[in-house]
Amino acid sequence: MVRKWNRREALAAGAASAGLLTTGLGAAPARAANDYAEQIKAFTGGKEPVEARVKLELPELAENGNTVPLAVSVDIPAIPNSSQSYVEEILVVAPANPNSRVLRFRFSADSVPEAATRIRLAESQNVIAVARMSDGRFFSATRPIKVTIGGCGG
Amino acid sequence: MSDTRELVGWAKAAATHPRLCAGIAPVLIILLILGIASATAFAESKLAHPAWREHAIKAPGKEYPLQEIVSGLWFRTPETQAIQEDDFNNPGFFGVEEGEALWSKPEGAAGKSCASCHQDAAASMKGVGAVTPKWSDKLNKPVNLEQQINICRSEHMGAQPWAFGSNELTAMTTYVRFQSRGMPVALRVDGPMSPWLARGKALYYTRVGQLDLACASCHEKNHGKYLRADFLSQGQTNGFPVYRLRDQRLVPLHERIEGCVFDVRGTPYPPLSDDAVALELYLAWRGTGLPVETPAVRN
Amino acid sequence: MADAKPRIRLDRKEVRKGEAVEVKTLVSHVMETGLRHAADGRLIPRMIINRFTCELDGTFVFGCDLESAVSANPYFAFKFRPQRSGTLAFTWIDDEGTRIEATETVKVT
Repeated sequence: MVRKWNRREALAAGAASAGLLTTGLGAAPARAANDYAEQIKAFTGGKEPVEARVKLELPELAENGNTVPLAVSVDIPAIPNSSQSYVEEILVVAPANPNSRVLRFRFSADSVPEAATRIRLAESQNVIAVARMSDGRFFSATRPIKVTIGGCGG
Repeated sequence: MSDTRELVGWAKAAATHPRLCAGIAPVLIILLILGIASATAFAESKLAHPAWREHAIKAPGKEYPLQEIVSGLWFRTPETQAIQEDDFNNPGFFGVEEGEALWSKPEGAAGKSCASCHQDAAASMKGVGAVTPKWSDKLNKPVNLEQQINICRSEHMGAQPWAFGSNELTAMTTYVRFQSRGMPVALRVDGPMSPWLARGKALYYTRVGQLDLACASCHEKNHGKYLRADFLSQGQTNGFPVYRLRDQRLVPLHERIEGCVFDVRGTPYPPLSDDAVALELYLAWRGTGLPVETPAVRN
Repeated sequence: MADAKPRIRLDRKEVRKGEAVEVKTLVSHVMETGLRHAADGRLIPRMIINRFTCELDGTFVFGCDLESAVSANPYFAFKFRPQRSGTLAFTWIDDEGTRIEATETVKVT
């Protein structure tokens, strides 16, 4: 293109490329999200979980994406010997993994609503845990984690 | 992250606003917004650097290149350290168990097992993993633990040597070295070992590969700094074979060195070759005094 | 090394009714994701443990449905309040239906 840009075009182009530069500094996932939203919908029957009560623990930076310690718990007042609502299941999804589902913990009325394991994460993302209560309520938590390849790619 | 998108949106709007375009104001506005965006992006990172210096031991003499010697354990995150500190939780112990089972398994023409000669490994192998590679008069060269295991198999059991990298050899090396856990690394490097130590030293400091890096480039000059997302350790060997979080299995030392050399796009030293053993000798010597941590947990 | 015995640890094997027991389990399994390629380029088929359950004398206590995003050598830690003494049965099932089983006893006073 030979025609010289006018001032408006030049500034717009500058802002646009600046925009590309600045968004690159953020923690945006490199690939399109998988079907994690559908997985959550199927788990909750379409209900929107309330983002509360669930505590999802992940390191801020993964030592290595292949083995990431994860712990999840739900804060509900414990009333022994009562028929209060208890946590039935917790679904964990990873929006930037090749497959969205990570695991589903299943609890009983005798469980303390917490569990820990180690998972694989393909890249930096916001991991989501959704808990289903026996009375039909849903709670969730989202936790960001940075995952990269090591120094020399080793 | 959505804040940066908003800021960019404002930048675009400012750039195309007819009134603002009249002066240099749009340029200044863009620069200001860019500055704020960059500042917020980098300020988000509050990653704690591991407090590795607190765990240093003093080198036994002035001739040691690192006067403050620190195990690789302290360069890893607290979550990784927690896996190693708990024997139950450390998957490397599956290798120890496998080694223990193989220890009593008769193999080869002589119908013997390791136990036939060495009885209880906890007693007979105690200290062995802290002093290898060790000089062999018979072979006129240093011999490391994997090699010694295979020498025992072929010469005393009449059994086939295990291939390097096989589950069996890695498990047995882990099991034997585990018997020295907690003991300080202390090698004999005098006499006939000297030229081998010098050979290992030369390999350590020679730049190799397309990336033109020596072991020293990262592990001596830049330990305690981030190389991308990797927090560089001193490259000590006191924990090998280690359970690597990346590979989710036990990895023997020569395989790890292969990986490092491959990563700088160099030609790796074949495992159990003279070069690899010389380098192992020198690396182990650099970490004199560190406790054996096998099976360690690393990234 | 899939032949290794699963590891199970209870922080307490004897509790009073209402008290919680913490259970930790570790099993040796490669958890092949089905996303890796062999040296010759062919896809290595998925082979994972897909289900873990813990039952107390046949009553379900805790379980996990695993996908290939669970790390190799799956580790679980969980807590529960046993209602009565009995035998805890731990089962890991893989994609081929192979079962790995182990038991532990717990006493409630």
